[in-house]
Amino acid sequence: MSERQIQLEVLRYNPETDSEPRFQSYTVPCKNEWVVLDALNYVKENLDTTLSYRWSCHMAVCGSCGMMINGEPKLSCKAFIREYADNIRVEPLANFPIERDLVTVVEDFIAKLTRVKPYLIPKEDKPISAGEFKQTPAELMKYKQYTLCINCMLCYAACPQYALVPEFIGPAAIALAHRYNQDSRDGGRDQRQEVIATDEGVWECSFVGACSEVCPKHVDPAGALQQVKVASTIDWYKEHLMPWVKK
Amino acid sequence: MEVINTDVAIVGAGGAGLRAAIALAEADPKLRIALISKVYPMRSHTCAAEGGAAGVIKPDDSMDLHFSDTVGGGDWLCDQDVVEYFINEAPKELLQLEHWGCPWSREPDGSIAVRPFGGMKIKRTWFAADKSGFHILHTLFQTSLKYPSIQRFDEYYTTDLLVEDGRCQGLTAIEIRSGQMRHFQAKAVIIAAGGASRMFPFTTNGAIKTGDGMALAYRAGAPLKDMEFVQYHPTGLPNTGILLTEGCRGEGGILLNKDGRRYLQDYGMGPETPVGQPVLKTMELGPRDRLSQAFWHEQKKGNTISTQWGDCVLLDMRHLGEKKINERLPFVRDLSSSYLGVDPVKDPVPIRPVVHYMMGGIHTDINAATPMPGLFAAGECACVSINGANRLGSNSLTELLVFGRKAALSAITYIQSGASAGSSTALATQAKASESRIRALFEKTGGTESIAGLRKQMMDTMEENVGIYRLGEELETACKKISDLRQRYAGIEIHDKSSVYNTDLLQALELGSMLDCAEAVTVGALARTESRGAHQRLDFTERDDQRFLKHSLAYYHPKEPPRLDYLDVVITKSPPGVRDYSGGKK
Repeated sequence: MSERQIQLEVLRYNPETDSEPRFQSYTVPCKNEWVVLDALNYVKENLDTTLSYRWSCHMAVCGSCGMMINGEPKLSCKAFIREYADNIRVEPLANFPIERDLVTVVEDFIAKLTRVKPYLIPKEDKPISAGEFKQTPAELMKYKQYTLCINCMLCYAACPQYALVPEFIGPAAIALAHRYNQDSRDGGRDQRQEVIATDEGVWECSFVGACSEVCPKHVDPAGALQQVKVASTIDWYKEHLMPWVKK
Repeated sequence: MEVINTDVAIVGAGGAGLRAAIALAEADPKLRIALISKVYPMRSHTCAAEGGAAGVIKPDDSMDLHFSDTVGGGDWLCDQDVVEYFINEAPKELLQLEHWGCPWSREPDGSIAVRPFGGMKIKRTWFAADKSGFHILHTLFQTSLKYPSIQRFDEYYTTDLLVEDGRCQGLTAIEIRSGQMRHFQAKAVIIAAGGASRMFPFTTNGAIKTGDGMALAYRAGAPLKDMEFVQYHPTGLPNTGILLTEGCRGEGGILLNKDGRRYLQDYGMGPETPVGQPVLKTMELGPRDRLSQAFWHEQKKGNTISTQWGDCVLLDMRHLGEKKINERLPFVRDLSSSYLGVDPVKDPVPIRPVVHYMMGGIHTDINAATPMPGLFAAGECACVSINGANRLGSNSLTELLVFGRKAALSAITYIQSGASAGSSTALATQAKASESRIRALFEKTGGTESIAGLRKQMMDTMEENVGIYRLGEELETACKKISDLRQRYAGIEIHDKSSVYNTDLLQALELGSMLDCAEAVTVGALARTESRGAHQRLDFTERDDQRFLKHSLAYYHPKEPPRLDYLDVVITKSPPGVRDYSGGKK
């Protein structure tokens, strides 16, 4: 089994004792198949039990372990050591306050997620006893991609607009709102538009597309944002130029 | 210490905890609900379930078939009255999720699609591609955001249940970001905190699955049931333990030994079925315990492939073709390609059995109630006895829903019967004692043991001695070793002296939970001198219904090994019989 020694430079910050963050370097013997998370776990188990970071599934689905790795937002459980040089720098996700070491404060994202009403607001009432809402594979495909968001927040760390305007609702939350808007069973678009078709919503996006580039699940939030913009524009024209036409 | 008053406190915000919270909020919007979890809800391990959830929906299926598959699959250690309740509720719960927006995969006509799963006579597994658990979890989490009465306490680690007058009346939990202890006063507590498979080194389970919920109830006096039954999933990636869903075989994937032989036919699961035309309850669609055991035998015979990660067999999906793999198993393709470097479209994937699920857990009855008034449990942390000695794939996601909801309804009934939140000084004293215990652990210096060191020894002990096949002597070794590790645990020290997000402290507490659970597993396994389902003894090779058609109950002792007791299995209509996975052809 091939092994390789790397220098892992990890941002450390303890709000109780540090006035500002600093870097600490660890020498880690890595197996070829390891991901950055494995190297962090090596540090935690063998070198320094005081290092704090979040992780769980180690299979890129729980969304806990997002970090900046050499300046790019990545899931550390899917960032393979073999793709990096011998020096790897690990920092907490950009654009979020640091709680401790690699752990960020994520309340802002959770609050935004809650605001966009990311749940089905049914078009029609139907009792469970009446069975399922029919939905063809084509109708499913229309929104399926946007259901794949694991809430890892890499897109917020990549978004230049979120960095500038913290009020921006941001890529993942808007993509989830769009996911429900596109669902054939849903009738809640008007309620969500009040939140996302606003200055803090889609109009804040400058379409750099960084969100979609870093998304580990290929959700394409940038695409969702553009679709919401187009749909909102059509709404506007209908409302202002053709007020007699129902939205 | 800050006191938080609530009606129902739920520990764990995965599938079962969220389902319970929603059921409480829907039943009575005035109920105060505290949903407490050591992680944000969407990080819960429900997200890693891939294959799907079982529930009778198609006209060719029936409740009787789901019943007999489940009871036979569990080697008759299931409580049949509970199984009957479970299968009747299952379709309603899965439809409820559909009404909440779960993106279930569909037939061309827009109806729910189902796929075959191991040990099932009829296709009845609802699925959302191969991320079913992920979608169930996120649908539940997002739906829960509708209900303002669900107050979440994300990243709170529960340390103790508070029990006064024999009733569970609250708990203490550490707010992880501040290190502060909180006292939750509750009229009822529901534990939904998941399994404990991290006591093994090679597991599909995420890092968070450390048996905290089981240990909470166990230490408070509720027994753990059937803990010796640990499920090995037959198809894990050999280097990481990452799960490749049973759906791989449901869709037609086959298992091959080093000679390219479909070896399952040599273990009572034949005759060989045509490649690409899977036959239900036969060959690759046998149950998980049988498949994992067949691997063990192939390994002994030298029929496995030696890899740098240990012995493997091959899961061959190439004949499914790229289109079907992309449509039905996209996550499997991604996981296998990324983590092992093997694309299942092009090559067979080396796999080996991996610890996946605890059939055992907190003893609950048909109402999801534990023997302790005021304490309920649901999901993997509970043992409501639908899974018996071997869980059938796709029953556990449904179990989360059915019994998560049931725990909520039972808690409401319990509260309505007049249970009041304790405000007695006795509870405050208990909360204080809990805080002092944690503080003492936190402040202690001069430790002689390392957390990582003890954890590794525990994991190695479990892997070496409590595996797919077990032997009395080895189990005795394991009992002694785990008991020894529990003593040595007193010698640990927390080196991280910060109150903020102290994962050193959390890992210490998690290790304590795992050791308590591990002891219940080893002691239960040693005492069960028979072979049943996932518990196979090389020294007692037959099922012994005379002596062991019984659940084991382990009662906690702070220093000694647990006291064991036994409880009869509830048999209503299916007497113990032969488990036949030969397609009826024998």
